Amino acid sequence: MPVRLMDEKDRMLLKLIEEDCRTSYAVLADMLDLDEDGVEKRIRRMEEEGIIRNYSACIDWEKAGDGHVAAILELKVTPERDFGYDKIAERIAHHNQVRSLRLISGAYDFSMLVYGKDIHEVTRFVSEQIAPMEHIKETATILIMKTYKENGYEIFEKKGRERLPYSF
Amino acid sequence: MRDFRSERVKAIPPSGIRKFFDIAQEMEDIISLGVGEPDYDTPWNVREAAIRSIEQGQTAYTSNSGLPELRSLISRYLFDRFGVDYSPKNEIMITTGASEALDIAIRSVVNPGDEVLVAEPAYIAYTSGVMLSGGIPVYVPCTEKDHFRLTPDALMEKVTPKSKVLLCNFPNNPSGGVMSKDDYKAISDIIIDHDLLLISDEIYNELTYEGEPASAASIDGLRERTITINGFSKAFSMTGWRVGYLCAPEELCSAALKIHQYVMLSAPTGAQYAAVEALKNGWDSCAGMVSEYHVRRNLFVKSLNRAGLPCHMPKGAFYAFPSVKDTGLSDVVFAERLLKEHKVAVVPGSVFGPSGEGHLRCSYAVSRDDLLTAVARIEEFIGKL
Ligand SMILES: Cc1ncc(COP(=O)(O)O)c(C=O)c1O
Repeated sequence: MPVRLMDEKDRMLLKLIEEDCRTSYAVLADMLDLDEDGVEKRIRRMEEEGIIRNYSACIDWEKAGDGHVAAILELKVTPERDFGYDKIAERIAHHNQVRSLRLISGAYDFSMLVYGKDIHEVTRFVSEQIAPMEHIKETATILIMKTYKENGYEIFEKKGRERLPYSF
Repeated sequence: MRDFRSERVKAIPPSGIRKFFDIAQEMEDIISLGVGEPDYDTPWNVREAAIRSIEQGQTAYTSNSGLPELRSLISRYLFDRFGVDYSPKNEIMITTGASEALDIAIRSVVNPGDEVLVAEPAYIAYTSGVMLSGGIPVYVPCTEKDHFRLTPDALMEKVTPKSKVLLCNFPNNPSGGVMSKDDYKAISDIIIDHDLLLISDEIYNELTYEGEPASAASIDGLRERTITINGFSKAFSMTGWRVGYLCAPEELCSAALKIHQYVMLSAPTGAQYAAVEALKNGWDSCAGMVSEYHVRRNLFVKSLNRAGLPCHMPKGAFYAFPSVKDTGLSDVVFAERLLKEHKVAVVPGSVFGPSGEGHLRCSYAVSRDDLLTAVARIEEFIGKL
C-alpha cells in the first residue's frame, strides 16, 4: 500500500496523542487549527495505516501495590537459514511475559523486557521457556531495580519550581 | 529630614500592578496567566554546561563585553537567521539580561529633553528607562486594527524635530504583534528621514508562529542606526540566569559598553557558559517549546473567543491580548474582579500604555489544563455580568 504523505498537522497530531491519547477531539482540533471532523479523519486514517498502533496507559505498578519485577534479558541466538532472526523472534514474542523484544547490535542479538510476579517467576521463565529453545546460545538476565524514567516521563519526585504570580 | 529620593525616581509612576500582586499573594488556588516567563525548566544540557563551568573553576569576571566564544556564536546566529552581520569583536556585548541591554542602550543615547518614541502597548520597563535618562517618552500607538504592528502613519503622527530615538519590541509583549521584514521596511524611510535611532528589542523573535521572524537591522539603511537587543530568557527558558546581549555599530556599542563596564563589569560568568551551550545545542529544545506554545496559543485563543472574549490571533511571543470592551468594564476592574471572584490572574492592558486599555494580557506559557480552567472561569465571570 502506498503510504500517504504526512503533513505537518499529522505529525503534530501524533506528537500530541503520543503525549496524551485521551486529549479530546475538540481540544486537538483547537490546538491544530482543524475541525473535529478533520481530527477524527486523520486519526482514523493513521490507525488504519498502522501508524498509530494502540493506546495504552503508563502505569506505576509499584505504586499500585502489585509488586512485580522486571528484567532485561539479553540473548545470543543462531539465526536460521532462510528466516534469519525473524522466526525465532516471533516465537519468543508470543510469550505473555515478554513486554518488548528488539534485535540489537553488539555482543548480544536480542534484548527483551520481561515481567514477572517475583524474581522466581522471571528466572523460571528464563530457564524453562527461553534458554532451552532451539537456536538460543546464551542468555543474560539483568534485574531492573528501580525505574526513573519511562516513555519520556521522569518518575522521581520533583520539587515544584517557584514562579511569581506576576512578572513582565 | 529631606526627601532624599531623586526627582527622576519620584516622577516614575507607581507600578499599576502592585495591588494585584498583593491580592494574589493572599489567595490559594489561583491560576496565574500573569506571568511573563516560560513555564519550562532550562534545557538540561544548558544547565549541565553551567555546572561544568563552575566545577572547572570558571568563576571569575569575563571580559567586559563577554566571552569571545559566546559573541562569535551570537554573531553567527544573527547572520544565519536574520542576515544581519555584527562583528563579534566590537559590535556585540553580553549583558545581564536584555533588561540591562535596554537600560544602557537608552542611557547611552538619550539626553535630557530628548523625545523617545515608544511603540505601545509596550514592555513596562521602557517608560521608566526613558524617564531615568531625563528623556520624554512619546507613545506611538499600535492598535488591534493594524494587528498591533507599528505603521508609518502612526509613527508620522508622533515624530517631531525633538524625536531622537524610536524604541520598539516585536514580537510584542503584551500584544503578540509581529513585524515582518516588509513591515520594518515600511517604517524605515521615516526613521532615516528623521534621523532617528532605532532600539529594537527582539527578545521574542524565536517565538514566532506565523511567517518568518525578522530583525530590524536587516533592512537597508537601518543597521547603522539600530541597537539590536536580544537575550536567552524566552527562547531557551533562561529567565533566572540573567543573560542577554546588545548589538550595534562600533561607536554605539562602545558607548553602551562604557556604562556596562562601570555598573556591571560583566554578565554572570556561569550564565554565559550556559548561553554558549544554548546556542550550540539548545535548538531542539527551543523548537519543542515553540511548537508547544503554538498549540497552546491556538487552544487558548479559540477557547477565549468562544467563551465570549474577542481576541485576535497573536503571531508571536506567548501572550493573548483579548478585548474586554464589550463587557462594559475597564481592563483594570475586569482584571481585579476576575482575580478576586474567580481566581484567575491576568494583567490589565492599560499597564502597558494607552493602546492597551480595554485589553488583558494573558500569558499562555502555562499548562494546557490551566489554560482551559482559566477560560472556564472567565466564561463563568462574563456570564454573570
Ligand atoms: C519585551 C521584553 N524585553 C525584555 C525583557 C527582559 O528580558 P531579560 O530576562 O533578558 O532581562 C522582557 C521580559 O519579560 C520582555 O518581555
